Amino acid sequence: MEIFQHLMGGFLIAFEPLNLGLVILGVVLGLFIGAMPGLGSVNGVAILLPVTFLVPPTSAIIFLAAIYYGAMYGGAISSIMLGIPGASTAVATTFDGRPLALSGNADKALIAAAVASFFGGTVSILLFTGFAPVLASIALDFGDFEIFALMLLAFATFIGLGGDDIPKTIFSICIGMVFSAVGFDIISGEPRLVFLDLPGFSRPINFLVLAIGIYGIGEMLWTIETTRGSPTMSKAVLSVERVLSNLRELLSTWKTAVMASFLGYFVGILPAAGATPGSLMAYGVAKLTSKDPSKFGKGEVAGVVAPEAANNAASTGSMLPMLTLGIPGSPTTAILLGGMVIWGLTPGPRLFVEQEEFVWGLIASLYAANLFAVLINIGFIPLFLWVLKTPFTILAPMIFVLCLVGGFAPTRSLHDIWLMLIFGIGGYLLRKLDYPLAPAVLAIVLGPIAEPALRQSLLISDGSFAPFFTRPIAGPITIIALLLILLPVFKYGYQRIKGRGETQ
Amino acid sequence: MQITKRLFLSAALAAGLSFAGASLPETAASAAWEPVKPIEFVIMAGKGGGADKMARLLQAVIQEKGWASKPLNPINKPGGSGSEALLHLKGARDPDHTIMVTLNSFYTTPLRQPKIGIDIATFTPIGRMAEDTFLLWVHKDSGIKTIEDFAAAAKTAGNSWIMAGTGKLQEDQLLTDFLNASYGLNMKYIPYKGGGKVAKQLAGKHANSTVNNPSEQEGFYANGDTVPIAAFTDNRLEMFPNAPTFKEMGKEFVYYMQRSVVGAPGMSAEAAAYYQALFQKVFDSEEWAKYRKKKSLQGDFLSGQALMDYWMKERDIHKAMLKKMGAL
Repeated sequence: MEIFQHLMGGFLIAFEPLNLGLVILGVVLGLFIGAMPGLGSVNGVAILLPVTFLVPPTSAIIFLAAIYYGAMYGGAISSIMLGIPGASTAVATTFDGRPLALSGNADKALIAAAVASFFGGTVSILLFTGFAPVLASIALDFGDFEIFALMLLAFATFIGLGGDDIPKTIFSICIGMVFSAVGFDIISGEPRLVFLDLPGFSRPINFLVLAIGIYGIGEMLWTIETTRGSPTMSKAVLSVERVLSNLRELLSTWKTAVMASFLGYFVGILPAAGATPGSLMAYGVAKLTSKDPSKFGKGEVAGVVAPEAANNAASTGSMLPMLTLGIPGSPTTAILLGGMVIWGLTPGPRLFVEQEEFVWGLIASLYAANLFAVLINIGFIPLFLWVLKTPFTILAPMIFVLCLVGGFAPTRSLHDIWLMLIFGIGGYLLRKLDYPLAPAVLAIVLGPIAEPALRQSLLISDGSFAPFFTRPIAGPITIIALLLILLPVFKYGYQRIKGRGETQ
Repeated sequence: MQITKRLFLSAALAAGLSFAGASLPETAASAAWEPVKPIEFVIMAGKGGGADKMARLLQAVIQEKGWASKPLNPINKPGGSGSEALLHLKGARDPDHTIMVTLNSFYTTPLRQPKIGIDIATFTPIGRMAEDTFLLWVHKDSGIKTIEDFAAAAKTAGNSWIMAGTGKLQEDQLLTDFLNASYGLNMKYIPYKGGGKVAKQLAGKHANSTVNNPSEQEGFYANGDTVPIAAFTDNRLEMFPNAPTFKEMGKEFVYYMQRSVVGAPGMSAEAAAYYQALFQKVFDSEEWAKYRKKKSLQGDFLSGQALMDYWMKERDIHKAMLKKMGAL
């Protein structure tokens, strides 16, 4: 009942003209940003973060959350139409979405993506509404040991579930950790890694600089190279009859949608996991549990429904640890977290008590954002097809300017602009060598949380690692994290044994 | 909510104006000095801390009353216990338009990091706006009510008694050292980044005690989670009448955190006089009086030579304390 009252209060805030306008604007912007190849919710939120300093924090988070939501919907569009994931969260959507589009069923794939996103979003918001205050009340139990265990789990999910080349993932994490260590050591107070004695390195490298460098500039370079400025299009036909028959077909995938929504939400809650592993896992589980797994990858509707329901559910889920524990659940929420600090809000257990208006306004606006996103998405499908025809040679300079402004605004330091350009070029080169870059961004965000937590824990325990295993909350988390890290080893061993069995 | 909106608008406006202002020719110096472009208002600490909150309030008051002809442009430079901010002021291209909100790391950071080559005697004293206070805090569930309870419990626990504090060899550790020496304790000091995080450690019972400022424990105290045991002040604080001072318990230890505004080295005398008058006006305002009362801030307004003398005295005190701790 109390939750219901809070939620009603939240709706009053979300439906204030300014906030409602921002929801709609954010959803539209997010859809376009997500739909553009190379741009995803991370880019949208990072680039538009400085804009939000003009409105109160509640409106600002509502705007950014709407962009986040819209981008989750939009990411599927270029995955399906161009075969280029609009965002990393939509990678799994290309697996079956692209074959559907090539066989002349682009509209079926687009509608499946939109409806599945709506379903995943709705399930996750309901879970969020019901469980957020519960999680908030136990959040204070998280001390240094628990926080480090959580961080370990976050890194582990990237190693164990990422699916990318594991040594390269670890390398990427290490690079991010080194960058996160620049500046001054909080425990000893001594300067460290102050490269070339430049005063700009006497403070930590802002994750925004790395994120915009890699996702904005690096991805732009990548897209210019891979498409030579002319991404190829597939045609899509839209008619009312087709929409209706597509919707009927979708009904048969409801089981997949339910599974993917719950899975996505819970993976999203895991700090640092976020929507990309969530959607990949959902695709994997959908394929595993399907009656005819061989259809997957050749244009199976359930193969679009699973990742799309999961990535929207995960995007809501990943806001929970950000708000209640101050730990970002995805690169995008890491940027939202940075925004909250700039707005003067402290994410954490007290947020639900001290900033009721902010929290419940945000939750209520998620309902609104989800509804508007599905309507706008379906309505705008023809328009997206037109925008995707804009030559990238026109889009690229505009993105570049936005990146520079976005990188300069928070600290007003030219040092950061140079750093961002270097990261952009470095990120592009690493990408050419097939290094996953999301782990580096995650590490630069999580490093400054994980490192002091580990060192403070070890100070408290006099150097003993035992409390990480024996404390009631930290123990299970540490063990799951270690299992996840070892998962690829088990998998490898299992495949070896199985492979031998088949050849005999 | 209204104030924050205005703050953000004015910050954005200031950022825009700084481009416009830079292109204008410098006006000839007339009788009274006035800023000719937006004033850079450096904060020697991170966002959300005591210094940051205060700086943004000062800026809002000045902006709202229209006391400055050009906007103040707040910017946080928390790196390296304030050395980033100190270096920024030392190298300021336009010292007449660069001022900073500072705290006690103004003394300790240059002492501990001689490499950065900062001599605070070269900085321009503008105004001491307040002295913040420190109290000894414990969790309500510990059952500790007096300093005797505290000393007994901490003594029994020995090295497993955890005192959480802000940074290494800064204010909180100085106070912890005092407690250890005066009561024969062996508390373990764990440094955290920022007073808010420290306060959370105590509320979550991950630390046994802290020496937070009132503004940092305010929320948890109001919630009934934490209790102040004693104050490092001359007199009992109005907000916490049940917390006796160490002075009245026979331990001669009083420690404050300065909350001051300092100008860049090389600021002209005319500009210094302008800022000194400006912050005197802020100090006398009703808004500032209200904030001081709410956050239990102490101390009178100091300016000019009096403030410089105070800094030199405090620097010597901190030097002696750091030496005693073996940090120098």
